[in-house]
Amino acid sequence: MAVVPPSQVNRRVHKPQRVGATYYAFLLPVLVLFSLAITLPAIMGIFYSFTNSVGFGDYSFIGVINYIALFSDPTILGAYGFTIGFALVTVAVVNVAAFLLAIGLTARIRGKVALRALYVLPMVVSGIVIAYVFNFLFSNSLPELASALGIAPLEQSLLANPDLAWIAIVIVTAWQAIPSTILIYIAGILAIPSDVYEAAALDGASGARQLWSITVPLTAGYILINVIIGFKNFLNSYDIIVGLTNGGPGTSTTSIAMSIFNGFTNGDYSYQMANATIFFFIAIAIALLQLRVTRGKASV
Amino acid sequence: MTSQISLAPPSTGGERMPVNADSVAARARTRGERFNWPVTIALLVGTLAVLIPLYVTLTMAFKTTAQAVDGNAFSLPAPFSVDGFVQAWTLTDFPRSFAISIGVSVISVVGTIILSAFAAFAISRNWNRRFFRWSFYYLLAAIFLPFPVLALSQVKLTGLLHLDNPIGVAILHIMFQLGFSVLLFTAFLRSIPEELEESARLDGASTAQVFWQLIFPLLAPMSATVGIFAFLVSWNDFVMPSLITSNPALQTLPVLQQIFQTQFSNNYNVSFASYLMAMAPAIIVYLFTQRWVMSGVTQGAIK
Repeated sequence: MAVVPPSQVNRRVHKPQRVGATYYAFLLPVLVLFSLAITLPAIMGIFYSFTNSVGFGDYSFIGVINYIALFSDPTILGAYGFTIGFALVTVAVVNVAAFLLAIGLTARIRGKVALRALYVLPMVVSGIVIAYVFNFLFSNSLPELASALGIAPLEQSLLANPDLAWIAIVIVTAWQAIPSTILIYIAGILAIPSDVYEAAALDGASGARQLWSITVPLTAGYILINVIIGFKNFLNSYDIIVGLTNGGPGTSTTSIAMSIFNGFTNGDYSYQMANATIFFFIAIAIALLQLRVTRGKASV
Repeated sequence: MTSQISLAPPSTGGERMPVNADSVAARARTRGERFNWPVTIALLVGTLAVLIPLYVTLTMAFKTTAQAVDGNAFSLPAPFSVDGFVQAWTLTDFPRSFAISIGVSVISVVGTIILSAFAAFAISRNWNRRFFRWSFYYLLAAIFLPFPVLALSQVKLTGLLHLDNPIGVAILHIMFQLGFSVLLFTAFLRSIPEELEESARLDGASTAQVFWQLIFPLLAPMSATVGIFAFLVSWNDFVMPSLITSNPALQTLPVLQQIFQTQFSNNYNVSFASYLMAMAPAIIVYLFTQRWVMSGVTQGAIK
C-alpha cells in the first residue's frame, strides 16, 4: 500500500472500494441470529401447514387440505369473527378517547406534566396482571355495585355472559392501549402551527369549530397511523383475554392467537400452522398499508 | 378569547410552530393568562379510570383475608395487614421467580442495546451498499410479524436446541425488539457527523475502536430509550415465557400469577399482594424514566 499523507486522501475515491471487515463482523451475527429465531420459524410454519404433522414424528404432504378445512371450521371462523370485530370496536374506542385526552393534555391546563405521566402509566403495567385485577372488579365489585343500585342486567358477572364478555375485553384493552395512542396524538397536535388557530380565532371560530376544522384534518396522518397500529396490535390480543375470560364463556371470546396456541395442546399442529399462515398474510397486508401511510406522511 | 372554553392548543404571539408546548404554557403563565380549569378538572376526573384498578390492587394487598372476601373492593385496609405479602412471597417463591424475571429482562436489555447498536452502526455507515440497506429492511420486518404466527415453530426449535428456558425467552425478546431498536439507532446515527469518525480514523483508530470509544458513548441517550423499552416488554411479557419455558419452576413473575386463578382463588389479599409485586418494578422504572418512555413511543411510530 502506497503511503499517502492522510490529509490528501480523497474520500470520494477511496471510500467505496472496500467495506471494513469489522462492519460485517458487526452485522452478520445479528442477521444469523435473527434468521434462526424469526425467519426460519416463519418458513417452517408455512412448510408444515401443507402437511399432516402433529408436531413430532412422521408426517406426509396433504396439500391444501388444512386450508380447506379451516374455512369450514366454525371454531376458527368464530375466532376470526370475534377478533376482527373486537379489533374494530377497540380501535374506535381507543382512538376517540385518546384523541380527546390528547387535546386536553395539550391545552393550557394545570399540572400538565403530572397529568401526562399519569395517563401514560397504564402502558407499563403487565397486561395479564391488570386483566386479573379487572377480572376481580368485573366478577365481584361490579355485580355488587349493580345490585346495590338496582341495575338488574349487571348483577351477573359481565365475564360470565357470552354476549357481553367482549365488552370487558374492550375496556381492559383500551385501558392499556390508550397511553401510547395519546402520545402519538400529542406529537401530532403539537406539530400544528399555532398561527392557524390564531387566524381561526380572529375569524371568530369557536373551540369546537377549531377542533373539527383544524385539529382533526391537520392530524389526519397521525389518526391513520394510530388506527393501523392499533388494529394490528388488537388482532394479536392474547394476554388480556387469558386474564379475563380465557376465551369463554364457551368459545365466545377466543381470539385468533388463542386458537393458534391451542394447536399444541390439541394436537392439530399443522392445522393451526395453516391458520397461522393465513394470519401471517393478513399481518403482511397491514404492514404494507402502514409503510405506505408512513412513507406518504414523511414526504408531505 | 380568554373567557371561552378553548379545546384547541394555546396560541402564542407571532412565532411559528411551538415544538415544546410546556414552554408555551410557561410563557402563557408569565403573561398572566389563565389556566383552562374546565379541561383540567375533566382530566383530573378522568384519571380515576387509571387510578381505580391500581388503588384496588394496593388496598386489597394490605387487607386481611377476611376483609378481602367481604366484597367491598374500595374500602381501606382495616386492620392493616402484610399477611398477603408473606403468603404470596412463599407461594410464588418470590426470590427465585423475581431473580428469573430480572435475569431475563437484563439479558434482553443488554442484548438488545448491543446487537441493535452493532447492526445500526454497520448499516448506517454503509447505507450506499445494497447488502446493508436490505439488511435494514429485513430486520425491520420483525416489527410487523406477530408472535402467534411464529410461536409453534419457535416452541419446537427452542425445544430442539435446549433453549426451552428463560435464556431462550430472553433471546427471543431480543430478536423481537431488534426492528424497533435498529430503527431508532439508525435514525440517531445519521445525525452524527461522519467527520467525527474520519478524524478518529486519521489518528489510527480501527472501526471497532471508533465504535466502542466514540459512537457507543454518543448513542447513550438512544440506548436509554431502547433499553427501557426492552425492559418493559421483557418484564411484562406473558405469552413467550408461558409457551417457551417448559419447566414451571423457571417461570417469570407474570406467568406465575396464574396460580391465583386456580389454586388459591379466594385469598384475594394474597393474590393482589402478588399482583402488586409483579407490577411494581415496571411502574418504578417508568416513574424515573417517563421522558424516555414518552419520546420512544413517538419516535418509534413516526420515524
